[in-house]
Amino acid sequence: MEYRAVASAEADVQPVVGELSIAVRGSRLSLRHKEALAGYIFILPAVLGFILWTAGPMLYSLWLSFHSWNLVQSPKWIGLGNFREMWNDRIFWTSVRATLTYAAILVPLFQLLSFAMALLLNTKIPGIGFFRAAFYLPVVVPVAAASFLWGFIFNSEFGLLNYVLRELGFDKILWFQEPRYAMAAMVIMSLWLFGGTMVIYLAALQGVPEHLYEAAALDGASALRRLFVVTIPMMSPVIFFNFVLGVIGALQIFTQAYIITDGGPQNATRFYSLMIYQKGFRDFQMGYAAALAWVLFAFILLLSLLVFRSLGKMVYYEEEGR
Amino acid sequence: MATSVPESFTRSASDLRRKLANQSERILTIFLLITITILLLTPLGWLVSTAFKEQQQIFTYPPEWIPAPALWSNFRESTTVYPFGRYATNTLIIAGLNIAGVLLTASMAAYAFSRLRFPGRDLIFMTLLSTLMLPFTVLMIPRYIQFRELGWLDSWKPLIVPNWFGGSVFFIFLLRQFFRTIPRDLSDAAKLDGASEFRIYWQIVLPLSKPALAVVAVFVFLDTWNDFLGPLIYINSQEKYTVSLGLSQFLGNYTTQYAFLMAASTMMILPTILVFIVAQRFFVHGVVLTGVKG
Repeated sequence: MEYRAVASAEADVQPVVGELSIAVRGSRLSLRHKEALAGYIFILPAVLGFILWTAGPMLYSLWLSFHSWNLVQSPKWIGLGNFREMWNDRIFWTSVRATLTYAAILVPLFQLLSFAMALLLNTKIPGIGFFRAAFYLPVVVPVAAASFLWGFIFNSEFGLLNYVLRELGFDKILWFQEPRYAMAAMVIMSLWLFGGTMVIYLAALQGVPEHLYEAAALDGASALRRLFVVTIPMMSPVIFFNFVLGVIGALQIFTQAYIITDGGPQNATRFYSLMIYQKGFRDFQMGYAAALAWVLFAFILLLSLLVFRSLGKMVYYEEEGR
Repeated sequence: MATSVPESFTRSASDLRRKLANQSERILTIFLLITITILLLTPLGWLVSTAFKEQQQIFTYPPEWIPAPALWSNFRESTTVYPFGRYATNTLIIAGLNIAGVLLTASMAAYAFSRLRFPGRDLIFMTLLSTLMLPFTVLMIPRYIQFRELGWLDSWKPLIVPNWFGGSVFFIFLLRQFFRTIPRDLSDAAKLDGASEFRIYWQIVLPLSKPALAVVAVFVFLDTWNDFLGPLIYINSQEKYTVSLGLSQFLGNYTTQYAFLMAASTMMILPTILVFIVAQRFFVHGVVLTGVKG
C-alpha cells in the first residue's frame, strides 16, 4: 500500500554503517556526513523537478487565479472575480454535476467489478495466466484509439452495440444524443478498463494468509461467509486505497469526452477537465481556467483529508508501523 | 489431497461429493472466464475487422464480422492520409528519451530514499509522494504558460524534460520499494572497502534491480505512447505530432473514413499490446511491488 508505506517510512529503521562514524582517511567528513551529502545529491533532480514542474506551477496558477488574462494583454488583477464568475456560471455547475454524477456511478461499479473479477481469477486452473492477461489487456490500449473505437461501437445507426440490442428485442438507443445515455456510454467505456484495479486486488487476495481461511472453514463458515469475515476485512486497506484513487481518476476523465462528444449532448459530458481545457485553450481565459483548476485541487485535497480521516479508522492494517 | 485407503465408506462418499462440487465449480469458473474474455475482446476484434473492410461493408446491416474482401491496403492508405510512420518515429524518440530520463533520475532518488540516511529524508519523500494525488488537469494551465515563457511550445521539450527530473513520483516509489528488498550486506561491505555511494548505486543496486527497472521502462513507454492531453496542449506542427495526436486528426472527418481510422488505430494499439505481452510477468511484479508489499 502506498499510503501505508508512507506511514511506515517514518518508523523505518536501518542498520547503518555510518553509525560508527569513522573518519575515512583522506577525508574530513565522517561517513554519516558523506552519506547525507550523497543523499541530497541523489534526490536533487527529483526535488528540482518537484519545485520546477509541480510546486512552482501550482503557486503560479494560484496567483493567476486572481487575474484575468487572455495570453495577449498583460494579466489584470481582478481579486475574486474569477471565483464570482464561477459561482454564476451555469456551465460550471453543469460540469460539476456531470463530473460528480459520473464519479458516483462509475467508482462503486468499477470497484465491485474489479474485485469480483479478481476473485474469479484467483483460482489455480491451467491457463489462468491467459485470462489474467486478457482481462488486463484493455488497459494498455491508448485512450485516444479506444475513444474512437467506442464511439464507433456506440454509433446509433451502424454501431455494434445497437445491433446486439435490436437482436435482443430492444429499441435502438441514441447513445450520444440523449444526456443520460451519453453518461451511461461514458461509464461503460470506463468499466472496460477494470483490469488495472483488478490486478491490485488480485495481488492483495494472494496476500491473505491461508491459515485464516482454514480457521474459518474449521469453524464451519461457508465460502460466502469467509468472503465477508476474512477476505474483505483483510483487504480493507487495498479496497479503501483503490476507492480514493478511483475517485481522483474519475475526476480526470477527458479524452473520451474530447473525442466523442465534445461535452454534449446538452453539456451532459462536459466534464471538469474538458471545461478547464476549453476555457484555457479555446476561450483563452487563462485566469479563469487557473481558478477552475485550483477549485479542483482544493476539492481533491479536502476529499483526501476527509476520506483518510474517517475511513482510515475503519480499515484493518496488519503489522502496523513495521 | 491424498486418496490413500479411505477410513470408512461415508468418508469416501463425502469426498466424492466434494470432488464433484469442485468439478462443477471449476467448469462454471472456466465458462465465466471464457464468456468475459470474449465480451472484453469483442471491441478489439471489431476494430481489427473494420480495419480490413471496404468502405461500403462497414455500413451494412446486419454488421458483418468477416471482411470481404480483406483490404491490407487500408493500412498503407491510412498512412498516406496522415503520416503515421512519422508520428510513430516521433513518439518512439520521445519515449526513448523519457525512459532514459526516468530510469536514471527516479532510480537515483529511489536509492537515496531507500538506502541513505539524511536529515529531512522522510519529509521530502512524503512531500513528493503527495503529488501522486495531483491530477495533470490541475497543472496543465500553469505548465503551459511556463513552457510558453521558456519558448518550449511546439517542441518535444515539455513532454521530455520533466522526465529527466524524476518523472512521475510513482516510479520513485516503485523503485524505492524494490531497492528496500536488496540485502544491505553487499553495499555495507563495499562501503567499508571505500566504495562511493555512486559506485554502490551504479554497480551493485542497479544491476540487481533489472526487473524493477524493466517495469518502469514499460510503464514509461506506455504512458508516453498513450499520452494525449500533453501533446494536444504543447504541439502544433503536424510534423511533430505523436501517434495519439495524429489519430485525433480524424476528428470531424472520420465518419467518411472509418476504415482508415480503424486501420490507423490498429497500428497504434499493436505496439502497446506487443509490449504488454512481452513484459507481462514484469507487470504483475510491479503491481505486487507497489500494491501490497507496502
